Amino acid sequence: MANQFVIEAKNVWKSFKTVQAVKGVDIKIPEGQFVALLGPNGAGKTTFVEMIEGIQKPDCGEITIMGKTWKGNEDELHRFLGISLQETLFIDKLNVFETLDLFASFFDLGKQKVNEIIEIVGLEEKRKSYVVNLSGGQRQRLALGVSLINDPKILLLDEPTTGLDPNARREIWEILQRLKDKAGTSMILTTHYMEEAENLCDYIIILDNGKILKEGTLSQLLDEDTNQKVIEFTTEKGVLPEDAHGPDLPFSIRREPTGNKGYVTLTNFESDLPVFMSYLKSRNISLRNMECRRKTLDDLFVSLTGRKIDE
Amino acid sequence: MIFLFHLQGGRLMNRIVRFNQLWRLTIALLLEIIREPGVLFWGILFPILMSLGLGIAFTKKTDVIRKVAVVEQNESQVTKRDTGAIYKFLNSRCELNTSGKADSYNWKYTIKDEKLGNSIFLFYKMEQEEAMKLLKRGTVNVLLINKNGATEYHFDPMNPDAQLTYLKLSGILGTGMTSDVKGSGEIRPLTVTGTRYIDFLVPGLITMGVMMSSMWGISYGIIEKRSKKLLRRLVATPMKKSHFLIALITVRLLMNFIESLVLFLFALIAFKLKIQGDISSLIVMFLAGNIAFAGIAVFVSSHTSNTEVGNGLINFVVFPMTVLSGIFFSYQNFPDWSLPVIRNLPLTMMTDGIRSIFNEGAGYAEVAFPIVILTFTGIVFFFAGLKIFKWH
Repeated sequence: MANQFVIEAKNVWKSFKTVQAVKGVDIKIPEGQFVALLGPNGAGKTTFVEMIEGIQKPDCGEITIMGKTWKGNEDELHRFLGISLQETLFIDKLNVFETLDLFASFFDLGKQKVNEIIEIVGLEEKRKSYVVNLSGGQRQRLALGVSLINDPKILLLDEPTTGLDPNARREIWEILQRLKDKAGTSMILTTHYMEEAENLCDYIIILDNGKILKEGTLSQLLDEDTNQKVIEFTTEKGVLPEDAHGPDLPFSIRREPTGNKGYVTLTNFESDLPVFMSYLKSRNISLRNMECRRKTLDDLFVSLTGRKIDE
Repeated sequence: MIFLFHLQGGRLMNRIVRFNQLWRLTIALLLEIIREPGVLFWGILFPILMSLGLGIAFTKKTDVIRKVAVVEQNESQVTKRDTGAIYKFLNSRCELNTSGKADSYNWKYTIKDEKLGNSIFLFYKMEQEEAMKLLKRGTVNVLLINKNGATEYHFDPMNPDAQLTYLKLSGILGTGMTSDVKGSGEIRPLTVTGTRYIDFLVPGLITMGVMMSSMWGISYGIIEKRSKKLLRRLVATPMKKSHFLIALITVRLLMNFIESLVLFLFALIAFKLKIQGDISSLIVMFLAGNIAFAGIAVFVSSHTSNTEVGNGLINFVVFPMTVLSGIFFSYQNFPDWSLPVIRNLPLTMMTDGIRSIFNEGAGYAEVAFPIVILTFTGIVFFFAGLKIFKWH
């Protein structure tokens, strides 16, 4: 096969008047893979996805979709892609059915397909409701329905659950999970929700400040084979030092600005835990509570950038 | 001939698909408009109410009240008061107001006129300073001053209304003629169809409606869809970009046609308005005007995604034309140097053309030129707009 990747970006750069939004990003996405572009606001996720969507043009570098660049292939590529933009508003006074039917007509699809999509996104009861009367979650499901109408080979979703309540978010995840189970569709999803990336995606690309910080599968990113654990604790008495590391400590302690909450990542849990406990005792610090959990993407992001993803 | 039937199946299918897209888009954009309840009021009811109000206000002749200030002179001249022509007239021929209210007139004189409506002169006695203040405010437009027994008229010679007051007043004061107009044979009020104010007004309201509706409907529609990112979403499908604009323009043309037709039918029933010229040329003229404004509307909305900026841009186009193009009153009163410019504004061209078909019995021969110019204007602006059109 000439190209086994459905999307390939090589050294892509993009700047706006005062901002360098994307700084040399390379990605390769194989067929059927669900990829999360994870990063805080302003990381360059939307700009990068819009370049894949053909909405923005890269300043330099090349993006190919199914082996083709956008130039001269717009009509064909639009048929491969299903797109959900960040905060698209449809025509207020069209109902759910009419909105989907309008988009179906662009792909020469009939009412049967529209009904099928309404069922997939769970808007059967709202099929006759005007767009303006839908809730945020329902609108987002409609946007997802519009992006699925042409059975796209590649789905590009820009923050599909931002601003939704946990229930509405879960509904979107369920729809996407079912789509994933059916296989055949590749997806790029931008998000700043760690949970979304962890739950839905096979491969995660962490983007910050226009660059890829780290990428891999969830287990690769979290070094799961190394059995790292995170201890999250709150102190009852005594103050944590601002910067605690040294030759006698096999780990470093990160403390919250308040001074009484901290995190430690332990690589060798069984042998490191007693060291940690005796460290606290030697400093006369007693604990109010302590929780041991597996490492998350949040911990990874903090260790890479020194700040939380939603800060 | 046979080869015509040999359209390849694929090509034919393609055309059907394309037409279906265009049809769906047109229906969607039409539904968007007609489902908005305000459209019915502002698009249809409002122009009717406006024509009704203005039509009645300017067609029915009512009494005209003219207010005149009689300036009080200083002490030394008071003695001459009884000898002044003004006071002779006021005291002998006018009705003295005895109500004694502060702001009330002092004398009243009525010229009765059954055909044109009565002219009522109200005279107010006051100091010169006070009189000048009221003149500046437009409350009175002529000042009468008694100078050594003779009457002086003070007024702005540029104000036609003041001139008319002067002419009428000098007639009465000078000769003391009986001025009631009773069954005068020399005056023939022009109330035949085609010469009334309503005949002038309705074609203007129709063309102004087309301009307003095209500019706000198309331009604002595009800008709003751009700001909502809907344009961006639409062009991320295989939708043909031109189809979107064609659908938007078609819907607007249909709405303009319905709105104009309703207004015309109303004027036909309420004021017996008539089309004296060629109806087919009226339709073509109407289309040409729509094309012109649709083109301008696309151009105006080709770039911005900010509705505030859009507001300004649209007003920049519609405001000067609404004022200058002679919708409510003839533009002939504007300075001579400005007339060639005014006559060539799209709204003036369309209004003059449609008015001449309505009231002067014009046909293609008379309106061919504006039809060509308006169509050309529309096409040029449309393609220029398309060239710089921002979909994202």
